[in-house]
Amino acid sequence: MPASTDIAILPDRAASIVEAGSAGGPVKCGKGSVAGSVSQRACVFCGSRVVLYPITDALHIVHGPIGCAAYTWDIRGAQSSGPQLFRNAFSTDLQELDVIYGGEQKLEHALLDLIAQHGPKAAFVYSTCIVGLIGDDVKAICKRVAAATNIPVLSVASEGFKGTKKDGYRAACEAVQHLVGTGDTSDIGPHSINLMGDFNIAGESWVIRDYFERIGIQVVATITGDGRVDAIRRCHGAKLNLVQCSGSMTHLAKSMEQDYGVPFKRVSFFGIEDMAAALYETARFFDSPELLDKARALVAEEVAKIMPQLSAWRADLNGRKAAVYVGGAFKAFSLVRALRTIGMTTAVVGTQTGDAEDYDQLREMCDPGTIIVDDSNPLELAKFCLAQDVDLFIGGVKERPIAYKLGIGFCDHNHERKECLAGFVGMLNFAREVHATVTSPVWNYVPRRAGAAHLELEEARS
Amino acid sequence: MKALPPDHAHPTPRGGTPEFPSASTNPCKLCTPLGACLAFKGIAGTVPLLHGSQGCATYIRRYLISHFREPVDIASSNFSEDSAVFGGRRNLHHALDNVGRQYHPDLVGVATTCLSETMGENMPMLLGEYHRESAADGLARPPTVHVSTPSYKGTHAEGFNDTVRALVESLALPPRAGLNAPTPPALLPGMVSPADLRHLRDFAAAWQSPVTLVPDYSETLDGGTWSDYERMPTGGTTVTDLRALGRAAVAIECGLVLAGAKATAGTHLARRCEVPLHRLGLPIGLRQTDALSDVFADLTGRPTPLRLAHERARLVDAYVDAHKYLSGRKAIVYGEEDLVASLAIFLAEIGIVPVLCAAGGRSGRLEKAILTNAPELANRIEVREGSDFADIEERITALKPDLLIGSSKGYKLARALDVPLVRCGFPVHDRLGAQRIQLLGYAGTQQLFDRIVNALLEAKQAHSEIGYSYL
Ligand code: SF4
Ligand code: SF4
Repeated sequence: MPASTDIAILPDRAASIVEAGSAGGPVKCGKGSVAGSVSQRACVFCGSRVVLYPITDALHIVHGPIGCAAYTWDIRGAQSSGPQLFRNAFSTDLQELDVIYGGEQKLEHALLDLIAQHGPKAAFVYSTCIVGLIGDDVKAICKRVAAATNIPVLSVASEGFKGTKKDGYRAACEAVQHLVGTGDTSDIGPHSINLMGDFNIAGESWVIRDYFERIGIQVVATITGDGRVDAIRRCHGAKLNLVQCSGSMTHLAKSMEQDYGVPFKRVSFFGIEDMAAALYETARFFDSPELLDKARALVAEEVAKIMPQLSAWRADLNGRKAAVYVGGAFKAFSLVRALRTIGMTTAVVGTQTGDAEDYDQLREMCDPGTIIVDDSNPLELAKFCLAQDVDLFIGGVKERPIAYKLGIGFCDHNHERKECLAGFVGMLNFAREVHATVTSPVWNYVPRRAGAAHLELEEARS
Repeated sequence: MKALPPDHAHPTPRGGTPEFPSASTNPCKLCTPLGACLAFKGIAGTVPLLHGSQGCATYIRRYLISHFREPVDIASSNFSEDSAVFGGRRNLHHALDNVGRQYHPDLVGVATTCLSETMGENMPMLLGEYHRESAADGLARPPTVHVSTPSYKGTHAEGFNDTVRALVESLALPPRAGLNAPTPPALLPGMVSPADLRHLRDFAAAWQSPVTLVPDYSETLDGGTWSDYERMPTGGTTVTDLRALGRAAVAIECGLVLAGAKATAGTHLARRCEVPLHRLGLPIGLRQTDALSDVFADLTGRPTPLRLAHERARLVDAYVDAHKYLSGRKAIVYGEEDLVASLAIFLAEIGIVPVLCAAGGRSGRLEKAILTNAPELANRIEVREGSDFADIEERITALKPDLLIGSSKGYKLARALDVPLVRCGFPVHDRLGAQRIQLLGYAGTQQLFDRIVNALLEAKQAHSEIGYSYL
């Protein structure tokens, strides 16, 4: 009996898995991971670090033992058009004595040292698990150092155990909030937006910014992709916030709506449909026929550029099946649609941080029989991929070896990707990567397919 | 705690045994539980379980995966705020249940993270309770081995070594009267690549000696593709092998810095089980590989096997062919202490001066380990412990190295300096094939040697005005 079929789903996890098209209660989600479940999720700190990392001219220092900082040293694909300070790993590297007597002095010392050395525009101080436990007063230190150095020094309450990655997003938003509203907004025009939740992975923010600027919309700040402290300080002058990537920046958008009356829209820049919708909706928001015309022209032009190639690849990919396991649900929605654009169906879809509504939406938009899962783990993912016999897995670094070991194509769609996947050009890149992996001849030699390939060959010969 | 120096603007001294270790910029080390997980991956049918918050396990998985490019399942007891306050007993028991349920392991390797260490979790008690309760309920549970791995006391390399020690201490049985059939030599190679583990087995086989490698992730972290998901990839030192270690003919423990430690897997075997212990360097280069050969020669009473003699002869021949390109060249070596020590000794042998030997660890034994074994380096090298890449960078303009040897983490520095980087150690995540990088034995040294020579030649060619195609 193949091992995958006797992989037992943990009883605690059963309610986190449903099938599209079947009846049943809401997907259990939004909770801490089940102990011993080998979750693919990280921690609160991870959530904060993901969101704030791309602020390029800030000092990011991790207060804790070395690991948390070492593991997040320049691992993401966020690009900068200028400062590179953010690509360093700074850590207080707590030692035993610090743990016993407290790490406050060390943190203060480190901050003063590093700020003097690097001259950042602001500093973010991330508290990790151990700091939460030994009770260092990080906020007080930040305040003192801010007064001494004259730059904002912001504490990020990101103790790993105090919730899930989503709570980390919130802590990051709360830190950024201290910057918002402190800059000059006098030269910001009426058609102006902030891009939120785009992290400029492989230069994606630049692509999106270019689209908006081409149709006459001013982008005040990208928060946080290719981020600059000064731009964030004045971002409250923008007339609209576009929030991409479900969840990570919604908290900031909501508080900006409250404090500064800036409304927000949730959008996605992945796939033709979603990218076009984001442009149209923004144009409509400003109630300008001219903007809308320009947006239509831009979409027509960009789609015409990529369509012939997409159709060619679509011919090869038609009917192939994919599994998707990503961080946020918005990305999952976009991927289901983008896969359809190139002729593929989604047979497994899951996220690390989706909420009940997100899963309802996935249930609606996916084909009946699609497995939908919250906070999955390697054994489940392997079981579902084999049961659905997928040809492609879309996920991150931790999912890649699961796919490859089983002889399944793979496309990286997390924060470590090196390819721009946003916008129209991103759709082309995405399709190219999917095509390259799904149609590769190497699958003929992996155990899962070797038998079938062998048979085909014999048939052809006879 | 000692007071901090009054003047904050002064950079604190680093390296050596710093009085006020400062913060770290771009670390040259990773954390202890990573080493623990790697060692546990070398034990057959074992699932590593980190007792602490979820994040550590996920980050460590991510790091091991991008080096080995294999699935690395590591469970976590996944602390919440409650467990951080009231203790992780429930989480631990629940996690062990769930790991048992899904993986059916032969052994669960439990490592405590900084968080649970600081909380002072009483692991022997918690694990003891778990096993007693399970037995009372008539449930068969896999054995557990616990290792204490607070990161504020060490590096990933120390986590690795401590885990090997914990495995041996909890599983190896001292010989008993009547049960004395000796078992194969125990070879404790330290943190080396899967390819090197395979080579060590072949090396022993050349002497017609079997060997028990502890740990052995040569297959679990470098295997073929599967037709089905393998919960615990085949391979690894078995629990039975570990139990039999107490009767090993000899124990060979690699690592010159480790050799200065009081309690190691090797010392345990020597003291508790009276297994003769040989403490050697990682067998890189002629001198250190000869030392390993000598142990096998003694043990087997055989002359050097022809195969190894040929490998050695070819290596000497290569040394001669290339000596002019290496003579007086300067290298910066960084990474795990034991690797740095053995690389430095090897470099001395081929005429390259390891002008800076930098390690993230702070054992206080690195300099001595190098100079005792390569006295010709005295006064020619700088050894820095507790180092990081900012520290290395500070010294670089003065040192003007010709090449860097160490993990991928030195890439940026090498690029800025426009000198080659020869990748080895952990992690190597910007190239494929980290699992197959060979350094050990005459054959592994040969590969390393060729890589070093060719990297220098390539750099020379790239910077040559005329360009040349013939040496
Ligand atoms: S808390 Fe400790 S164990 Fe966890 S990642 Fe940080 S350094 Fe490593
Ligand atoms: S110690 Fe805490 S904050 Fe650091 S990686 Fe682990 S869970 Fe996250």
